[in-house]
Amino acid sequence: MDLTLKIWRQENAQTKGKFVTYEIKDISPEASFLEMLDILNQQLIDKIEKPVCFDHDCREGICGACGLYINGRPHGPDSAITTCQLHMRKFKDGDTIVIEPWRAKPFPIIKDLVVDRTAFDAIIQAGGYVSVNTGGVPDANAIPIKKENAEIAMDAAACIGCGACVAACKNASAMLFVSAKVSQLSLLPQGRVEAKERVSRMVQKMDSLGFGNCTNTGACEAECPKEIKLTHISRLNREYFAAKIF
Amino acid sequence: MAKLESKIPEGPLAEKWTNYKSNQRLVNPANKRKLDVIVVGTGLAGASAASSLAEMGFKVKAFCYQDSPRRAHSIAAQGGINAAKNYQNDGDSVYRLFYDTIKGGDYRAREANVYRLAEVSNSIIDQCVAQGVPFAREYGGLLDNRSFGGAQVSRTFYARGQTGQQLLLGAYSALSRQIDKKNVEMFTRQEMLDVVIIDGKARGIITRNMITGKIERFSAHAVVIASGGYGNAFFLSTNAMGSNGSAAWQIYKKGAMFANPSFVQIHPTCIPVHGKFQSKLTLMSESLRNDGRIWVPKKKEDAEAIRDGKLKPTEIKEEDRDYYLERRYPAFGNLVPRDVASRAAKERCDAGFGVGTGLAVYLDFADAIQRLGKNVVEQRYGNLFQMYEKITDDNPYETPMMIYPAIHYTMGGTWVDYELMTTVPGLFSIGESNFSDHGANRLGASALMQGLADGYFVLPYTIQNYLSDEIMTPRFGTDTKEFEEAEKAVTDKLSKLMAVKGSQSVDALHRKFGLLLWDLVGMARNKTDLEKAVKQFAELREEFWKDVRVTGTQDELNPELEKASRVADFIEIGELMARDALMREESCGGHFREEYQTEEGEALRRDDEFMFVGAWQYKGPGMEPALHKEPLNYEFVKVQTRNYKK
Repeated sequence: MDLTLKIWRQENAQTKGKFVTYEIKDISPEASFLEMLDILNQQLIDKIEKPVCFDHDCREGICGACGLYINGRPHGPDSAITTCQLHMRKFKDGDTIVIEPWRAKPFPIIKDLVVDRTAFDAIIQAGGYVSVNTGGVPDANAIPIKKENAEIAMDAAACIGCGACVAACKNASAMLFVSAKVSQLSLLPQGRVEAKERVSRMVQKMDSLGFGNCTNTGACEAECPKEIKLTHISRLNREYFAAKIF
Repeated sequence: MAKLESKIPEGPLAEKWTNYKSNQRLVNPANKRKLDVIVVGTGLAGASAASSLAEMGFKVKAFCYQDSPRRAHSIAAQGGINAAKNYQNDGDSVYRLFYDTIKGGDYRAREANVYRLAEVSNSIIDQCVAQGVPFAREYGGLLDNRSFGGAQVSRTFYARGQTGQQLLLGAYSALSRQIDKKNVEMFTRQEMLDVVIIDGKARGIITRNMITGKIERFSAHAVVIASGGYGNAFFLSTNAMGSNGSAAWQIYKKGAMFANPSFVQIHPTCIPVHGKFQSKLTLMSESLRNDGRIWVPKKKEDAEAIRDGKLKPTEIKEEDRDYYLERRYPAFGNLVPRDVASRAAKERCDAGFGVGTGLAVYLDFADAIQRLGKNVVEQRYGNLFQMYEKITDDNPYETPMMIYPAIHYTMGGTWVDYELMTTVPGLFSIGESNFSDHGANRLGASALMQGLADGYFVLPYTIQNYLSDEIMTPRFGTDTKEFEEAEKAVTDKLSKLMAVKGSQSVDALHRKFGLLLWDLVGMARNKTDLEKAVKQFAELREEFWKDVRVTGTQDELNPELEKASRVADFIEIGELMARDALMREESCGGHFREEYQTEEGEALRRDDEFMFVGAWQYKGPGMEPALHKEPLNYEFVKVQTRNYKK
């Protein structure tokens, strides 16, 4: 299929960016979206032009590195997948595709479609863990955990930290990301011990990094490639409330 | 001449590690604070090592090329992690896990290392549960297990099809805690390009800041390489796009020997290659072989009709299907080890029974769905089925999956002794980047086990035996001639790459080389091809340095330059792989030499001549590397021919 691509090009964090239009021909519907960009980049290299920079690594939907805003949607038109799992069969011959980086203040653009998501790491560093050292822990089966709780914890733990939730949110809120970790650890006995301190520190960190507030529009849930649910935000709010009151 | 000293402790197998720990030297808490350790790579091995060392009190500098330590490719491991817990009461034990791993590795791994691995496996599960890793559980609240290839017990712990992700996020959380406590300084988007050696000891590294292009220097009392394997040399593999062998290759050039480079694992269940533009291959977890049955049509004409699109797999009658693994290996059936399953698939496809493009076989769940119901199958493999459907547009609940072997893991790697130290003092290698535990073939669910064993429970001990001699070395800077020379060498290499201004892109050259590597040093090898490979790779290396085109500049985010530097190393690694495969005139594990097979087409090992680890020493550019042999002495297991038939 033949396509028109409008891609955000920006030299670096200091310069202003702009959309550049590219025509690309004979793309197989079997190609993945990123393979389509590989083909474009090969054509740019052939013309001794700078290829388009974008983050990607595992290309199987689990590392969370890739993330493009495609036709106004994080990770594009398909649901429950990352950009690298999007295939060109979701588009039609003659389509125009607009490709942008994540746009959110806490995720500054580094170059072209590459953004800086270290803010997410900073939030995890503010308590997104259980404080145990290596060694000296009890037997793995010492504490039985209700299967149902383990399953919900796993649903939350599936978060890949791609940032689509922030990109989708009109407030650039990181509530879904934060709630996934808070929820996972608060559902497990191992994480309960520090639950209050954890939720307080993580929320405070999130606010200080410039992420916006949650206004319950649910765009994050709709765009999350791992289908993390809004109920985790409810649990985060409950945990936060409990930490502040009791 | 450097000598290989494996430093295996004295005593009976089961007591070696305990003896080692009782007698090793330790570093006291006040001194730990004065010692710096560099860890390169933040996958399972790197993140667990960095966090454990920091918890003990060492000052750690950790590096990764990704934008976050949470993204290392350990994250993509699906199926699970082995441990000898025997929670299922099915007769498992530390000895049995050890034995299965030694046998699975086709008797080409060190007994003492593998026993230690099995021994610490149980602590890993305890540790991960304590971190909040949400492993699968039974209704009673206890942990669930599944079985994997090469084992007759259920010892694999799992978190849906995302075990690697959950274990990595566990290690990442421990690492994040130490970053918060300022015991670990984390450097992301920072790629190691050389190691610095002062007076024979590893003292630091040279990196490139991938955003600014700045070449930077870092010093430490010891350097730990945890940079993964070199499977991406093949261009198409299940590795992440950025996975590379450059750290391991740079230390090789600085004196760390490289062991068994030809031992690479070809995973039997990957989604087949579909087009020329393809950038990578996707694995379908081995756990699928628990319930999926592998087959091809019995009749060639059926296979042809399927390839031409005239027949559907569901239209082939039961009696016209060849469940070739169940037929050839009745005792293990679809759960034979990976090397055996891969070769069997290749054999059927080469004989003309392949489906799809001809290079694919079926992995069928119809029986499992009938036996267990769709719900149970969905619960076990739902996310894998969804992933398959997103990629291929086929629904595996209704039609069998198509799979074919692909490069997945490298058993070979930097040679290390029992303490995980390379032949360079103060330079350590852990996880996939070393050669140590898997012999010639790795069993499923053992990579996660080894990465975490090395990082949580082995290196943090053994490194102290070295560091205890360093307590009098004060923290030092990078203003020395050795750092200056290493930095200059790195800058020169990058400038040289930029200056070629040739006509072929890095990817084009990488693809050309990778396909050649797959053809000549892939699933089946022979003398003629391997000799051709050594020659052709040398030519390709020259072509690369004459004709590569790297766009952009050195001092900006430039993925083309990053890739060029890695591919230059891959070509050299490929040359060493071919040399090693040529030297090893036997078939064992993932290394199959066509000249050495039984009448039934099974691998023919030659223990009398090749029961050794082949460690290669770099001798300078353009020079032939020197081979050193570490004999493998099996004191505790009886070496046998692997048999998965009975």
